[in-house]
Amino acid sequence: MLKRLRESKSAQGTLLALPTTMWLFVLLIIPLILTMIVSFGKRSPDGNVIYTFTLDNYVRLAGFSHDCPDGQATCFDPLYVNILVRSLSLALNTTVLVIALAYPLAYFIARAHPKQRNMYLFMVLIPLWTNFVIRVYAWMMLLRKEGAINIILGWIMHLLHIPFTPLEMLYTPGAVLVGMVYEFLPFMILPIYTSLEKIDNSLYEAAADLGANARRTFMRVTLPLSMPGVVAGTILVFIPVMGTFIVSDILGGRQVILVGNLIQRQFLDARDPTFGSAASLILMVMTLIVTYFYTRKFGFGEEIVVA
Amino acid sequence: MNPFRRSPYVIAAAVLVYVFLYAPIVGLILYSFNASKANVTFEGFIPAYSEHVVMDGSLVKSSPCGPFHWYCELAKNNDVAEAAGNTLTIAFVATIISTIIGTMAAISLQRYNFRLKPFSQLSLYIPIVIPEIVMGIGILTLFSQVFGWLNDFLNLTGNARLSLGIVTVTVSHIAFMVPFVALVVQARLQGFDKSFEEAAMDLGANEWITFKRVTFPMILPGVLSGALLAFTLSLDDFVITFFTNGPGSTTLPIYVYGLLRRIITPQVNALSTVWILVVFLAVLTLQILQNREQKAHP
Amino acid sequence: MASEFAVEMRDVVKRFITPEGSEMAAVDHVTMRIRNGEFFSMLGSSGCGKTTSLRMIAGFEWPTEGEVYIEGQAMGHTPPFQRKVNTVFQSYALFQHMTVFQNVAFGLEMEGASKAEIDKRVGHALEMVQLTGMGRRKPKQLSGGQQQRVALARALVKTPDVLLLDEPLGALDLKLRKEMQLELKALQVQLGITFIYVTHDQEEALTMSDRIAVMSRGKVQQMGTPVEVYERPSNKFVADFIGESNFFEGKIKSLSKNEASVFVPGLNAEVTGMPISEGLVKGEEVVVCIRPEKIRVTEKTARAEGLFHGRVSNTVYIGADTHVFVDVHGTQFKVWEQNRISRLDPKSFYVVGQEVSLMLMPENTLVLKKD
Repeated sequence: MLKRLRESKSAQGTLLALPTTMWLFVLLIIPLILTMIVSFGKRSPDGNVIYTFTLDNYVRLAGFSHDCPDGQATCFDPLYVNILVRSLSLALNTTVLVIALAYPLAYFIARAHPKQRNMYLFMVLIPLWTNFVIRVYAWMMLLRKEGAINIILGWIMHLLHIPFTPLEMLYTPGAVLVGMVYEFLPFMILPIYTSLEKIDNSLYEAAADLGANARRTFMRVTLPLSMPGVVAGTILVFIPVMGTFIVSDILGGRQVILVGNLIQRQFLDARDPTFGSAASLILMVMTLIVTYFYTRKFGFGEEIVVA
Repeated sequence: MNPFRRSPYVIAAAVLVYVFLYAPIVGLILYSFNASKANVTFEGFIPAYSEHVVMDGSLVKSSPCGPFHWYCELAKNNDVAEAAGNTLTIAFVATIISTIIGTMAAISLQRYNFRLKPFSQLSLYIPIVIPEIVMGIGILTLFSQVFGWLNDFLNLTGNARLSLGIVTVTVSHIAFMVPFVALVVQARLQGFDKSFEEAAMDLGANEWITFKRVTFPMILPGVLSGALLAFTLSLDDFVITFFTNGPGSTTLPIYVYGLLRRIITPQVNALSTVWILVVFLAVLTLQILQNREQKAHP
Repeated sequence: MASEFAVEMRDVVKRFITPEGSEMAAVDHVTMRIRNGEFFSMLGSSGCGKTTSLRMIAGFEWPTEGEVYIEGQAMGHTPPFQRKVNTVFQSYALFQHMTVFQNVAFGLEMEGASKAEIDKRVGHALEMVQLTGMGRRKPKQLSGGQQQRVALARALVKTPDVLLLDEPLGALDLKLRKEMQLELKALQVQLGITFIYVTHDQEEALTMSDRIAVMSRGKVQQMGTPVEVYERPSNKFVADFIGESNFFEGKIKSLSKNEASVFVPGLNAEVTGMPISEGLVKGEEVVVCIRPEKIRVTEKTARAEGLFHGRVSNTVYIGADTHVFVDVHGTQFKVWEQNRISRLDPKSFYVVGQEVSLMLMPENTLVLKKD
């Protein structure tokens, strides 16, 4: 047996990969299959799952209800569709904003003196090492009516002699957007930086040598060559934003409900795992579709690993 | 001097982004010294030291710890100590296991060909392309179904009943940490020149000695950075923990989240400040050690 | 053209801060005048300042002191994209995200050339480097030699006044390198533009150049035609760096314009040679230099004039030549004998231990300053 293992390269490889593969199979793939099975089930009155095959949960997600106020058999309420669309558009907006903020900083770091680059990167990572929940809480303190932003705005307006009433910023879609951007910004900076840093200096020199000024060098050489980083960053930002529920929970209050919140509530407050599972599957399918088309267009970012 | 110097716009943009990154943290730390218990507005620092805590409404007038009043309150808080203990235990155990099996998988995927390989490789990308909440509720469903079934089948009662707790959290953490370790180590292995190993074998080392004396020391930096990444992921994790924890396995993120939904005192800020400081110092030490290592063995 | 010189470096100094924090002059008061239409090489080992000089001409670096002139115009801090020179990079620096065609077209697009003109000129450039039909490929799909040609075409398509080449053949194998050397030279003659070529390979420099600047430690050691730098090296460094030499230390006994008599203690004899370095004085410690192929070995003869007697200590047969090592009073001479007679003939070679005489011609014996 041992001798066979020593001689068979493929047996060695299988054995080495086995713990990881099994672990992922049991804890990631089986749960996904289970979620799918549950999503076709029915909720029992005490909140448990009755295993059958029904599309009710998906029909309900699509907005059709049997439980209508004025006695109709079915009625249409796009509540859940709206939630899905809201989540998708928030994720897209967040990603675009994050790219806009991350790119200049990544560029700044990549073009800094090699000795200083590590320090600048370190400065990007420090906020990341505080906890996700703590970061949301920090924004809650800044954004609230009595918070720091309103205080500072108040000072400025006072100096300019403009009357100022504190802005209501917390519990708005804008607050959720700011929170999301803040949470995921470092995940965009790192891969963009990595791909920028890889560009050999001689390529910039070659572009300049061939007559390109700084702007054209950026457009024709820097930007295309850093696209793998942008793609990787987009995947690292878009997907988690789609599923996050804490940011909207804390900064959006009850005002901004995303798919994440919907799913979470099914498993805790509403106790309807079957509907939650269906919503979760739809969420997964949506992100996979977007990621698939996106990566097919731009290629799968190699930089994903480095970040 | 440098024909490719950065434009002032880039520098200005970079400064603004850094301000954006740090403003919330500065605010967080400042409010941990807030005299107001309600912690809605900043009412100034706690002005004085005294033997007992003196309150005026919701304002702390003086305290045995002076401005550091909330840090002292934090130190007395048993829930926080328990949550911190849980967080670290989970992170350590999960990091060790995921580093070992993840490194094995990376070596296997980079060096060997076997039938399961495409599947193994593909499964590493699952945690990257699927939102955490989807995994979280999937794992929750798995555990509750399997535990329910086992409890009934084995007729377990009382404390013997299987339930969510520190073990389920750890096991679930490993599931999303392993792929990151494996991918980081794999990336390091890609740049690894096989001729070093061939040289070792040529000089008479067998596979194991070659691994121990040549391969492992050379990929060690990759393994360490994979482990560090895994550790931070575990410390930071909220979603998976949220769905897989049970009574007695509350972690710090879960604890803070619980507070946020109820009443927020500057204690939360004090906790956050300590957290930031500890992580910052830990990473700084690690960096310095790594630099020294690099200088000693360039 | 405005100036007799395509490129001129006037007393240029380039200082860098080293990683240790000290200052270092990579280029130290270099003056070079490169004529129009010349194939000019900068030759030296790594760190001699040749690449830094080239980069200052290209505009990637700016001089700390002194000035670079292109076509008589002081360049100052003119950025690279406003200079009428183009570079072939050592690493080729091809844009991996663009096709071969797009790489070559890039520079023309920057000039705002029309699409028709770009098509025409890129096609012509690719034809010139024999890459017709490869335009659609990505650089990664090409061999090293083909990538090198793309880099060449990309620079030449801009019709620069001066083409700068930074060790462009360094990554190629020997045979391909030799082919490319001749091709590059032919191309330069055909186009009639100035080439400034940086290399550490003396043979490459000797093969292609009209003139060579031999550089060391940031300074130009000698500038001249290949024949000049080989036959009349101006100091020991050049004599040692280019080709091989026998060096003997000694002291000048007598000195005239065309002849110097040097006492060499190692040979316990006086050697007569040509004073080459400037400013030699009587009594000065100097180096006597003789190229190994310029010494004649004969079987031992009695005639003493200009002869040294010794014993063969080793011979190495290398096909075209035989390297004979002769021991004269404990001092080693290396002598290259051309194998005019087949080595199979036992009379054709010297055996170890054989007594021989060496003949040194005074006109081939160079008297140089010590470094």
